[in-house]
Amino acid sequence: MAIEIEKPAVGLSKVAVSDTHGEYSPYFAGWKAYDENPYDELWNSSGVIQMGLAENQVSFDLLEQYLEKHSEATNWGNRTSGFRDNALFQDYHGLQSFRKAMASFMEQIRGGRAKFNPDRIVITAGATAANELLTFILADPGDALLIPTPYYPGFDRDLRWRTGVKIVPVHCDSSNNFEITPQALDAAYNEAESHNIKVKGVLITNPSNPLGATIKRSTLEEILEFVTRKNIHLVSDEIYSGSTFSGEEFVSVAEVLEARDYKESDRVHIVYSLSKDLGLPGFRVGTIYSYNDKVVTTARRMSSFTLISSQTQQLLASMLSDRTFTENYIKTNRERLKKRHQMIIDGLKNSGIECLKGNAGLFCWMNLSPLLEEPTKESELTLWKSMLHEVKLNISPGSSCHCSDPGWFRVCFANMSEQTLQVALTRIHNFMDRRKAMKSSPDFSSY
Amino acid sequence: MKKIRNSSTTTTTGGGGATTAMRVIVPLQGVVQGRGGLFLGSVIPCALFYFLQLYLKGRGGRKSGEPPAPPESSPSETHLREVSTLQRVHSRLLLSPRGTSGPAQVSSRANAIAKQADGTYCVGLKRAADDPYDEMNNPDGVIQLGLAENRLSLDMVQEWLADNTRESIISQDLSISGIAAYQSFDGLMELKVVVAEFMSQVIEKPQFFNPAQIVLTAGATPAIEILSFCLADPGNAFLVPSPYNPDLDRDVKWRAGVEIVPVPCRSADNFSLSTTALDRAFNQAKKRGLKVRGMIISNPSNPVGVLYNREMLYSLLDFATEKNIHIISNEVFAGSTHGSEEFVSMAEIIDTEDYDRGRVHIIYGLSKDISLPGYGIGVIYTFNENVLSAAKKLARFSPVSAPTQRLLVSMLSHTKFIQRFIKINRERVRRMYILFAGGLKLLGIECIKSNGGFYCWADMSSLIRSYSEKGELELWENLLNVAKVNATPGSSCHCVEPGWFRLCFSTLREKDIPVVIERIRKISETCISRS
Repeated sequence: MAIEIEKPAVGLSKVAVSDTHGEYSPYFAGWKAYDENPYDELWNSSGVIQMGLAENQVSFDLLEQYLEKHSEATNWGNRTSGFRDNALFQDYHGLQSFRKAMASFMEQIRGGRAKFNPDRIVITAGATAANELLTFILADPGDALLIPTPYYPGFDRDLRWRTGVKIVPVHCDSSNNFEITPQALDAAYNEAESHNIKVKGVLITNPSNPLGATIKRSTLEEILEFVTRKNIHLVSDEIYSGSTFSGEEFVSVAEVLEARDYKESDRVHIVYSLSKDLGLPGFRVGTIYSYNDKVVTTARRMSSFTLISSQTQQLLASMLSDRTFTENYIKTNRERLKKRHQMIIDGLKNSGIECLKGNAGLFCWMNLSPLLEEPTKESELTLWKSMLHEVKLNISPGSSCHCSDPGWFRVCFANMSEQTLQVALTRIHNFMDRRKAMKSSPDFSSY
Repeated sequence: MKKIRNSSTTTTTGGGGATTAMRVIVPLQGVVQGRGGLFLGSVIPCALFYFLQLYLKGRGGRKSGEPPAPPESSPSETHLREVSTLQRVHSRLLLSPRGTSGPAQVSSRANAIAKQADGTYCVGLKRAADDPYDEMNNPDGVIQLGLAENRLSLDMVQEWLADNTRESIISQDLSISGIAAYQSFDGLMELKVVVAEFMSQVIEKPQFFNPAQIVLTAGATPAIEILSFCLADPGNAFLVPSPYNPDLDRDVKWRAGVEIVPVPCRSADNFSLSTTALDRAFNQAKKRGLKVRGMIISNPSNPVGVLYNREMLYSLLDFATEKNIHIISNEVFAGSTHGSEEFVSMAEIIDTEDYDRGRVHIIYGLSKDISLPGYGIGVIYTFNENVLSAAKKLARFSPVSAPTQRLLVSMLSHTKFIQRFIKINRERVRRMYILFAGGLKLLGIECIKSNGGFYCWADMSSLIRSYSEKGELELWENLLNVAKVNATPGSSCHCVEPGWFRLCFSTLREKDIPVVIERIRKISETCISRS
């Protein structure tokens, strides 16, 4: 009688079993809590309000109107040649009309202060794919990218998981409004060097997520000087460029390069997407704009792994080349975001909460450090948990964004109706009142 | 220290070359360093390595797994020419030879891809795209036989779209917030449900496909890449019966860094796979220090166009079980079978036999069977819970856009349309195959009897001057430049026997066939008269 020997289960790769996807972090745990008990004005008014999702829903109506009016954009059947072009061999170059439309839209967002060449645009299925793709191209496994903190938690996954590339944080703190300094850049670079890690580039998000603020021109110039000195790359993730509250305050790295006649530009690459500015995350449209020919060629070939359907390209090409629509959209969207931002800032102020002065994005960077028992990450997470379970608000703790100062939180304001935002603000107000009451009561020694 | 590292990374020439390069350079540097110092320690091994590469290339690069250099300028150079004519663009050097000094370096991964001269496969595709045949407007243009896309039934899809598109995207109960908002990256459940149904409709069997085991991606290309990332670590290998689809070299190697160990199949066996060959390849890989993690088969096979029968699938599963490796079954052409032989999906075998399901993964896609290349949907169908979980998360890098998903839900739910489509499409594929293979036969060109796919695997060795890869490439050039026909040479498919070509008929109309046959006939006369 043979004894059954249990054969080992067939093995998987390190990528498959790693948890670099980060879904166990608080950033994503909050989403789960929301999924289980989502707020609904009518049916679940005590549910969790999602304030951890940076989505733009304030201007949907404009998009709906456009699509209603321009049904031909959604209808390809009649245009015989159009359809054929559409459905044919998916060339990774992307439709010329779409790239032209994207280039023009990107120019409009920057008020015409920078020119974009459609042939330098590489299309990808979203900014997530664009960032990963650039990382594959610029760095080898074991190399590193420098990223100023606090940064978007998704980077830990998107830039590292399959690429094997490391992230070395460039520490920024509240002492100077979290601005990026040359000292911080140098410190991070040296830190990497001391561990024998080769730094291949710096990645900035401008306007910043989670800070909700644009990067100053002088800072951009310092960063450019730094990357030039170290002979490394610069990736500027500008996916919130259309979500600045005023058009003039945003300075793109493209403008800085144009002003210096594109000297040293072949180390610079820009990532853009329509998910935030146009509120179309479901469309999965991302682009890489690179001033480096080799990067453009290679990125293009690699984009075979992350193509956008020709149907989507066609639809967006129509929409984005319609200047009447785009000008009005950009302007209206900015105004509405500004208004929303003002509403939340005022509401928070009334509750005694300060935020970092912001001028862009779909969120604000809220300072709850005065509420912490101790200035530690653990204290911050305790506070986060009570916000989630007691106040029923899902907000993103600064520690998940690698913020070195504990107590800061990212709060999104554009992914809900005004009424819902009001409910959220009321809950925060009540929460703050309760805390004040508790603190002044001698029976409670600790919160 | 730094210098050594630099030179190691810049002298790699290809994905597989990297590790071997390291193995040669590092010990050599150690030796030389003792006497010649850092400089010699870098230069001498690099020079040796360079000459080694030249030597290997001279012996016939097929073994190295890289496609032969194209006869014309690579598309990347053409691209650069286009770019530099535009105003206000960056002056500076466009392609520094190795990128060692000067502009910031890119990764060695990127260098390898950029340097890889586009093989005959891509060059031919580009030429056909640049100078396409048109009966009226460009009768001397290049006829495309290198593209395995199905244009035979575009008209039916076009008709459906004309009637149905708008409602499917913006309907009364489906506001834009429904299609525009974030959804899970691995695809809408409604789409998975109809895709699962479609998969069984297309193989014309009541085979159940579970929507919960499906991950949708933007095309079959990322589907294969994602599986490569999940099943193997960089430097590991997959066994792949050759000849195989040239795209696989990119899908598996470029970013996932997995090697392909070809398992040669021969015309004497009608290019069918034998477990002896599999075993031999597995052992050879082991000797080379390569860890084999799985095998990839395509069924119907590309480029040969044959089906795997039940017995063969059982032996493959037995082999995989014995070696404890994975099987990826690429079934993208499952709906394009046109012969009398029965198509058996891996899913059917797994259902009926007692194998470890965790090792079986199926790739499917909508671009071959339903004439939708520009709308690329890829499907990973896996029985392994952990792979499913990882693949769902990895799909975020290659998601399908929401409006396209909605459109497809609508289309695939139109049962009448789909049934009619499948039936008529199959008839058209069959008809074209018969006409095309028949036409080739008149020229004395035999094809392997195919039961699936839309191409013929043709033996054109009688037309080549020297029975070698060189001779085959000469014929390929002749076909492209003189006959103005773009065919895929066997060498880019890693076929061990020279002279075989893949000729796709799915981008032709019936009346183009005589034109193609005539063009081939003309050059075949000159070929034969020469030899």
